[in-house]
Amino acid sequence: MGIFVGKNNMEVKTMIIPFLILFPFIVAVLMFAIRVNKIRNGVAYLSAAIIIGVDIYLAVSWIMGGCEILSLYVDTALANHVILAAEIVLAIAVTILCFIHRKYWISILAIAPTALMAYLELYGPVEEGVAHITVDRLSILMCLIVGIIGGLIIVYAVGYMHGYHHHHTDIPDRRYYFFSILFLFLGAMFGFVLSDNLLWIDFFWELTSVCSFLLIGYTKEQVAVTNSFRALWMNLLGGCALAIGIFYCAYNAHTTSLHSLVEAGVIGEKAAIIPVALIAFAALTKAAQLPFSTWLIGAMVAPTPSSALLHSATMVKAGIYILFRLSPAMSGTLTGDMIALIGGFTFFATSVIAIAQSDGKKVLAFSTISNLGLMVACAGVGRPETIWAGVFLMIFHAISKSLLFQDVGATENSLHSRDIEDMHGLLYLLPKLAIFMFIGIAGMFLAPFGMLIAKWSALKAAVDSSNIILVLFICFGSATTAFYWTKWMGKIISHSHMTGEPFKDITKKNEMISLVVHAVLMILLCLLFPVLTKVYVGPLLTEMFGYSTDVLPTNILIMLVIIILLVFAVPFLAYIYNKNVKTNVKLSYMNGINVGDNKAFIDSFGDEKKLWLSNYYFHILIGQRKLMAPVRLIATALLIVMMIMIIGGAM
Amino acid sequence: MDYKTSIFVVCYILFAPLIGGLLQGIDRKISARMQRRVGPPLLQPFYDVIKLFKKQVIAVTPSQGFLLLTYFVLMVLTGAMFFAGSDILLCFFVLSTAATFLYFAAVVSSSPYATVGSMRELIQMLAYEPAVLLTCVGFYLAEGTFNVDEIVRSDTSAIRYLPGFFVAFVFILTIKMRKSPFDTSTSHHMHQEIVKGITTEMGAQNLALFQITEWYETVFLMGVVGLFVINSNPISIVVAIAVVLAVYFLEILIDNSSARVKWNLMVKSSWLVTIFAAGVNLLVLMLVYKR
Repeated sequence: MGIFVGKNNMEVKTMIIPFLILFPFIVAVLMFAIRVNKIRNGVAYLSAAIIIGVDIYLAVSWIMGGCEILSLYVDTALANHVILAAEIVLAIAVTILCFIHRKYWISILAIAPTALMAYLELYGPVEEGVAHITVDRLSILMCLIVGIIGGLIIVYAVGYMHGYHHHHTDIPDRRYYFFSILFLFLGAMFGFVLSDNLLWIDFFWELTSVCSFLLIGYTKEQVAVTNSFRALWMNLLGGCALAIGIFYCAYNAHTTSLHSLVEAGVIGEKAAIIPVALIAFAALTKAAQLPFSTWLIGAMVAPTPSSALLHSATMVKAGIYILFRLSPAMSGTLTGDMIALIGGFTFFATSVIAIAQSDGKKVLAFSTISNLGLMVACAGVGRPETIWAGVFLMIFHAISKSLLFQDVGATENSLHSRDIEDMHGLLYLLPKLAIFMFIGIAGMFLAPFGMLIAKWSALKAAVDSSNIILVLFICFGSATTAFYWTKWMGKIISHSHMTGEPFKDITKKNEMISLVVHAVLMILLCLLFPVLTKVYVGPLLTEMFGYSTDVLPTNILIMLVIIILLVFAVPFLAYIYNKNVKTNVKLSYMNGINVGDNKAFIDSFGDEKKLWLSNYYFHILIGQRKLMAPVRLIATALLIVMMIMIIGGAM
Repeated sequence: MDYKTSIFVVCYILFAPLIGGLLQGIDRKISARMQRRVGPPLLQPFYDVIKLFKKQVIAVTPSQGFLLLTYFVLMVLTGAMFFAGSDILLCFFVLSTAATFLYFAAVVSSSPYATVGSMRELIQMLAYEPAVLLTCVGFYLAEGTFNVDEIVRSDTSAIRYLPGFFVAFVFILTIKMRKSPFDTSTSHHMHQEIVKGITTEMGAQNLALFQITEWYETVFLMGVVGLFVINSNPISIVVAIAVVLAVYFLEILIDNSSARVKWNLMVKSSWLVTIFAAGVNLLVLMLVYKR
């Protein structure tokens, strides 16, 4: 362990961090260059393995080294120029694409922030002796999520995309492009979570926006192009807010370091108010909060691995990450209130809309937005307890959403449908996939998984901070969330009413590997979560807020362990016990004579009536068409009014 | 866990089904009298359950058994946690997990009537969940803790601060206990539109288990009603029992004097009551009695 300690530790870091950020970029170029599928797949596997390995090595060596906060790369003139050049190239590329597709006005959103950043870099105030990269517990945690989940998604994608192009022969096979973007995305995320310099953050921010735009438009179908441009303008709008925030920050708060900005915000410096508000606003677009949620819904047109990546490991988590960073500065301010309000509202409103969806991927999309809303609200309240809850929500969400997206994708390949109604009796049709789906959904809302205890903590903190409206949103949102998940789970375990040919599970081996690892991670996390809170997340809060709080009192912890053990053990033991109970299996009651099985009955005219069971959706009452426009309107109005209040108040 | 709490827990596990069954016997007796019938003997629920246990197990699918058993154990756990003085919010979380297993036990059969009943049961959960969570929040605001053992040791009854929460909780109690007008997921009479709803495909041992679980649940819910009243003064225990009995009688009265409503009216009315009774109470507590 000698090499982990002391000065060596520092040197290891200075080698690993650039490697982690740059290696995916190099692989992205390779992916684009290699046009032989087999070779490219091999390289993709290897690179994903390297990323996961290096990522874990970084985390382990850093933790072994005593978790000291590292501030690295003070003198980076060359890197700064490279990044500026890359940002300009990015803006030009976006502009060209906008002109090709005749969305001229969007290019302004790309050019304006780049121009601001270029001006700041070349003529702005020079700040000496500031680190550009900071390694602390939050960034290491984010690295682990991005690296492990992202790496696994790439492993899954190799198999999935093979099947995808086998079925969708009408879509041009541009897998070289697809994998290139996937790796680019990972590199951008690593850069984003490790950077402390706001100019660097801005570049990686724009890069993730563009990557998601390119991924959504992958199929080049009309709807994909439209949706990709919607995603682009919304995220670029956030990018504009971010750039203006940084510009203002550099001239008025005299810093371009995120840490310094947060510190200034914590002590209540007036110059920090506007940048914090603008950056938080930008985070709302990235985290797909209302009124910007539509881009993430539209992103579903892309192949499943990109949805999994956008929803779990990258993109939306970038928004959450930056909000967590800002949360000490937002605590108790008007900005914090705004973020908490928008988050709480999104949590409730989108969970209601999720009830009306029967498309599996759509339910997942709305539940992502809804869950992100809860995390955003946690960040907005900005107390150690809420950040504790938010961090756990994030970890659990990352794993279970990635698992669920991959599983729904694999199910779709085998079942030829991703409609939840068609998943009736999935446990008997495609048992393996159904079990993974069950674990994923359980992770999203059921005790003892961390999601629930995080909600407990969020509720408690919302009460403590007297945020009445948030308390109401959490209470009502919990009820609606449980509703759509439970009815999906019920669908999976119901006995099949399907007649005809059984379905064949054509899930590829690598897809299976990724699914298994996710499921194992999920259960491990659930078991280790009391330990994790003591050794990692607790200190993370101390690092962030400067003081420690005992979020999980011992009696709760004991109770929790008992619940964890019981909820896992009880169904298992009950199952074993029940196996020995002699059950006389009879047909179900149909108010008519069954036709030999439970799938049809004879009605009063003597005809055979097929039985078809379906869930409630209330789509006329609370459908996306009906609710989306009004809730976006409300959120927009809220956002505009509060932004004016914040900025006006700080002027 | 000291020996006093263990006694409470053991007492709950042993006596809750007896009390719950007895309450149901009283319910059936009073209901019968309200309908000018003689009604069954007081101990009829116990006779029924014993009889059910003696029958051979008939089910549409064998897996129903273990799901119901899980429902049962989690429900007992909920009550045990509550009477051990643990965190009330966690109690309700475990309760909702238990309720999920009941839902599974019903839908797993893929029987039309059980499925309709269980979908409606889900809607019932949607209707009562906000009020339940808000009740916990109310206790926390009034007493500064979620822990049941600390709430009962406080100087004043929580209801002094929580009249609105109490109204909302009693309102959703009708839904939780599946009583008319909110008995949408099941019905007392077989010859209605959804037959027996969620319990349609449960028979013999399984139905008995469901019945006993309901008794445990009743005692737990009545315990929460009592929690509104109980404080460090021993007399409050007597008052609490009186309040619990009064609430239980009220539920019987409502059950017998109203007709089943449609689900949308149920959700609408319960959410409105939750917002106006509990929500306004919450507002007052947070703004006026800010601790």
